[in-house]
Amino acid sequence: MAYEMLSGSQAAAAAVQRAGVDLVAAYPITPQTAIVETLANYEAKGELGGDFVSVESEYAALACCYGAAAAGARVFTATASHGLAYMHEVIHWCSGARVPVVMVNVNRAIGAPWCLDPDQGDSLSQRDTGWMQIYCSGAQEVFDTVLQAYVLSESLLLPCLVVFDGFYISHTYEAVDIPEKEKTLEFVGEKRFKPQVVPGNPVNLHGLTTGDNQILLVRNRHESMIKALDLFKQVNKKFEGYFARSYKAVDSVIPPGSKTVFVAAGSTVETIRWALPGLKDCGLIQLRMFRPYPAEELCAVLEAHDVERVIVVDRNCSIGMGGIFSQELKAALYNMENPPIVEDLLLAGGIDLTIDMLHRVLETTAEGKNADQKWGVDVR
Amino acid sequence: MRIDELKIDSEMLYSGHNACPGCGAALAVRYLTKALGPNLAIVLTASCWSIISGMPPLTALKCPILHCPFPSAGSVGSGVKRGLNAAGHDDTTVVVLAGDGGTFDIGLQAMSGAAQRNEDYIFVCYDNEAYMNTGMQTSSATPFGARTATAPYPLFKAGQKKDIMQIMAAHGIPYAATATVAFPDDMESKLKKAQAIKGFRFIHILSPCPPGWGTESSDTIHLSRLAVSTGFFPLYEIENGVTWKMTHYQGEKKTPLKEYLSAQRRFKQMDRQRMEMLQHEVDHEWDCLMEKVATSPSE
Repeated sequence: MAYEMLSGSQAAAAAVQRAGVDLVAAYPITPQTAIVETLANYEAKGELGGDFVSVESEYAALACCYGAAAAGARVFTATASHGLAYMHEVIHWCSGARVPVVMVNVNRAIGAPWCLDPDQGDSLSQRDTGWMQIYCSGAQEVFDTVLQAYVLSESLLLPCLVVFDGFYISHTYEAVDIPEKEKTLEFVGEKRFKPQVVPGNPVNLHGLTTGDNQILLVRNRHESMIKALDLFKQVNKKFEGYFARSYKAVDSVIPPGSKTVFVAAGSTVETIRWALPGLKDCGLIQLRMFRPYPAEELCAVLEAHDVERVIVVDRNCSIGMGGIFSQELKAALYNMENPPIVEDLLLAGGIDLTIDMLHRVLETTAEGKNADQKWGVDVR
Repeated sequence: MRIDELKIDSEMLYSGHNACPGCGAALAVRYLTKALGPNLAIVLTASCWSIISGMPPLTALKCPILHCPFPSAGSVGSGVKRGLNAAGHDDTTVVVLAGDGGTFDIGLQAMSGAAQRNEDYIFVCYDNEAYMNTGMQTSSATPFGARTATAPYPLFKAGQKKDIMQIMAAHGIPYAATATVAFPDDMESKLKKAQAIKGFRFIHILSPCPPGWGTESSDTIHLSRLAVSTGFFPLYEIENGVTWKMTHYQGEKKTPLKEYLSAQRRFKQMDRQRMEMLQHEVDHEWDCLMEKVATSPSE
């Protein structure tokens, strides 16, 4: 075990450096900048082991990754907020083209007005683009997930977005176990995908097709992504063998007799975990994997513990509907025999989750008009 | 010169492609793939060629084609070249193929970024002077006075055509050249020259479009030739952004622009005053070009 004090951003960069990438395309945006800066420092010291290109926009960064991955390269880029939104077209394209791009998104609110706080609306806006999405709750998890993302992405030929909160994770230093590169390279392994662009092979890649073909391609992509639920388990089993730790798509801490469970993704998980001993009859579910959506695993956990009340911490809001994680959870619970009540704690704008807030939410009831939606500003 | 006299390798455009009869863009790509092939990879952005290239698994070209989103060509080209290098295919020529929309308009930022980084590929713009794939809408490459689907009569394209060559010259790229389909030998020598150079190279090919320009499919070569002889589209090259050279020079006496304009239905409603304005502009551009050629540093 070799622990280093690293921020979440540095942990992400350290994982990329240890994943054997061929190309990093870089463009700065707060709060992600430290990732590409750290990678640039590896490059400056001759330690990156791949190509590093500073491009003129986030759009260009992902487009460059697309081209390189199509030519068979293992690639990486990172972004946040407006940068992710600006990439939107290429985000779709990468998934449709089945290139295994790994990208980090550091959550930050999208304007107007300008706001730097870690609203999750940026990554959640890319929900339907055909990328896997994994939400991390700390720097160690960031490091480990980036490594795992390459295995998932290359195995399924689907791009993967590794997500964590701006500042709370990106700029917070933690002790992170950074294994030897030799070992991480062995874990990630040789590239599992073939190049699409091969000189001398006259193929017409991703040109015009019909809806009749497109539906088959979409179904194929959907079925591939569903496989990530099982693959995530296998990958983590292997990961545990290498590094003596592992993760689940749905993690939970639910003490016996818990009536209420908080469901969270990202750094709020750690706040709740810390507060849990002081919260009466409460448990915690960490939703780590968001795409594919682990509906069965979630329902199984809730059913096993006979949970009556679920409070979803949504650091986002789909305007006109509510918290996105809670909407997804409600949809997943539709087939449950005795589903729990689902309430939403909205921290849209990226506001901090405090322990006081958790206590106050627990004191409220779920009765009355719109009582299932509580805004963080009203309960802090 | 006849096309079968060209000492170029082999045909890379298959018959049965989806271009309209008389398409200048199909001809341009036929010449360029012959000149640069066979070890070639093409990045293709949204344009007429998205259709011409055929519906996968069919393909119109004897080399890999990677389609990409409309504004992304310049960046995807960077990625493909770097990715091929990483895979050990350093000797493959990467061509980014875009229409005037994908070059002058929506693709300008990505192309500029790649040019500034001196990415090692050839950016080829086949310019048919409007969004022809969607049906002749105005682009910033549309000439002054032309009628388009977004500037229907009595409207007309009001601004001048964007001077893409000056923009690319200002990037100081190793090589930039103009070419057009009536002069395949000129095009071939420029492409071969570009291929031998490392770094960002830009080839601007004027490609007549019979349905868009309102001409007969048999007039493509004639129009391409008139574009050069009127001085509307001079043939030249620029080395390192500073050395300007004419490659096909027809002396002081240029064909009157009216001959070129009146052969195309897109200029049908252009009155005398506007024709004179455009003639004046072409003369002025020509003089500027001659000045640049005359004052270019010698090699």
